[in-house]
Amino acid sequence: MTERFRLVAAALVVTAVAACGDPAPTGHAVVEGEVLVSAAASLTDAFGEISVAFEVAHPGVDVVVNPGASSALREQILAGAPVDVYASANQANMDRLVAVGQVAGKPQVFARNLLQIAVPPGNPAGVTGLEDFANPDLLIGLCAAGVPCGDFARQALHNAGVTAAIDTNEPDVRALLTKIEAGELDAGITYVTDVYSSGSAVEGIEIPGDVNVAAEYPIAALSHAPNPAAAAAFVAFVVSGEGQSILARYGFASP
Amino acid sequence: MPGRPPVVLIVLGCLGLALFVVPLAGLVARTPWSRLPDLLTGDVVADALRLSLITSLASTVIALVLGVPLAWLLARVDFPGRAVVRAVVTLPLVLPPVVGGAALLFALGRRGLVGEPLNRLTGLLLPFSTWGVIIAATFVAMPFMVITVEGALRNLDRRYEGAAASLGAGRWTVLRRVTLPMIGPSLAAGLALTWARAFGEFGATITFAGNLQGRTQTLPLAVFVALESDRETAVAISLLMVAVSLAVLIALRDRWWRAL
Repeated sequence: MTERFRLVAAALVVTAVAACGDPAPTGHAVVEGEVLVSAAASLTDAFGEISVAFEVAHPGVDVVVNPGASSALREQILAGAPVDVYASANQANMDRLVAVGQVAGKPQVFARNLLQIAVPPGNPAGVTGLEDFANPDLLIGLCAAGVPCGDFARQALHNAGVTAAIDTNEPDVRALLTKIEAGELDAGITYVTDVYSSGSAVEGIEIPGDVNVAAEYPIAALSHAPNPAAAAAFVAFVVSGEGQSILARYGFASP
Repeated sequence: MPGRPPVVLIVLGCLGLALFVVPLAGLVARTPWSRLPDLLTGDVVADALRLSLITSLASTVIALVLGVPLAWLLARVDFPGRAVVRAVVTLPLVLPPVVGGAALLFALGRRGLVGEPLNRLTGLLLPFSTWGVIIAATFVAMPFMVITVEGALRNLDRRYEGAAASLGAGRWTVLRRVTLPMIGPSLAAGLALTWARAFGEFGATITFAGNLQGRTQTLPLAVFVALESDRETAVAISLLMVAVSLAVLIALRDRWWRAL
């Protein structure tokens, strides 16, 4: 634990020195210095843009985004990594940190990631909605049960009253997208943001709001944040109108 | 009479052994023994075991039918580019299986280089089918057959074959009556290794054939899925795989193993 702490600390010092030639002072009520944000991997692109906007709004602040699986980031924080802000792709990981007093204040849900049907470019099988998932002639893929995207997809199908003729249960959303992009599957259910980040490699088909299911993303400043003032300011920025409009560009829905 | 083995070798050898034994001990320590019968008789496990046995045996048969001729060509025919061919044949041993699975998907998938015309002409669809599982397993396992048999053919004393031929035996008869019986132990070892690798295959299978209970979900895939949701079942299936694989390897050891 201490070794990892030391490594991260060393990396921070190096970054800080490289960025401004002077290790940032911490613990002041002034918003300046470096702020380390551990964010779920699906937030990488959106938080990159939010960081730039935040740095423009707060000159003297340097945002470092540490992307990763929400569960892995949680473990790093529990092991003592000097993280200022944690943004998780689900409530469960945040709840674990709240339970051990690692979170300052109350986590806020700042984004929702709805589900969307993903089909290969040109939609060769002519899929129009969740009802088509019952067609045994189509090749249909979902994430496996137990994986969040798989559980959400099953819930949406259940809400729509559709018994899907599934051909494969993929280990994660990336594996599912690969098979859709290759045209090997006719349709699958992924997050809206996955369809956005795939560009033209897949096409998205809306799932109606009354049957759709959303992953909720909570964010919080951490109680052991080395830079609490900047941490609080960053969280406020993410939930602000400017932060929300950036998130919307990457396919996230507001809470 | 040999003296005591050097202490350094004993220590290093035991460390090497520990690397294999400790994970097994970890698995055994986590095993919920009292619930084991229940966990292993569920229909998910039964389907996966049946599918694993069928597909691993099928790919072993294919590896025998296709791999032995390939080994013979590599060992006996001096053709240009033989070194490259041998490297290509060995590639699946060192490639991450996921890469192999992706390559299979791009080649034999519905939109693949070979898969598309195949699908158009015959209607055959390999991904997401049991045939896909067999092909993925054969892809990763057949190299064991080829390199084992090729090695045996190279080490064979060719004077026996020469003698048979000089007595009037045709090439086919020499192969059938002299060559194959002489490399029998290596052939058997190749079969055992090929089967064991096919039985344990995961990455190429899930990437190429997908994961569906009863159709493409073999035991390793069932373990992977269960790890997400039901750790006890995952441990139980893992133990089943270790037991089956170990039993086969031990049973074959005395008869054929020393041929390697």
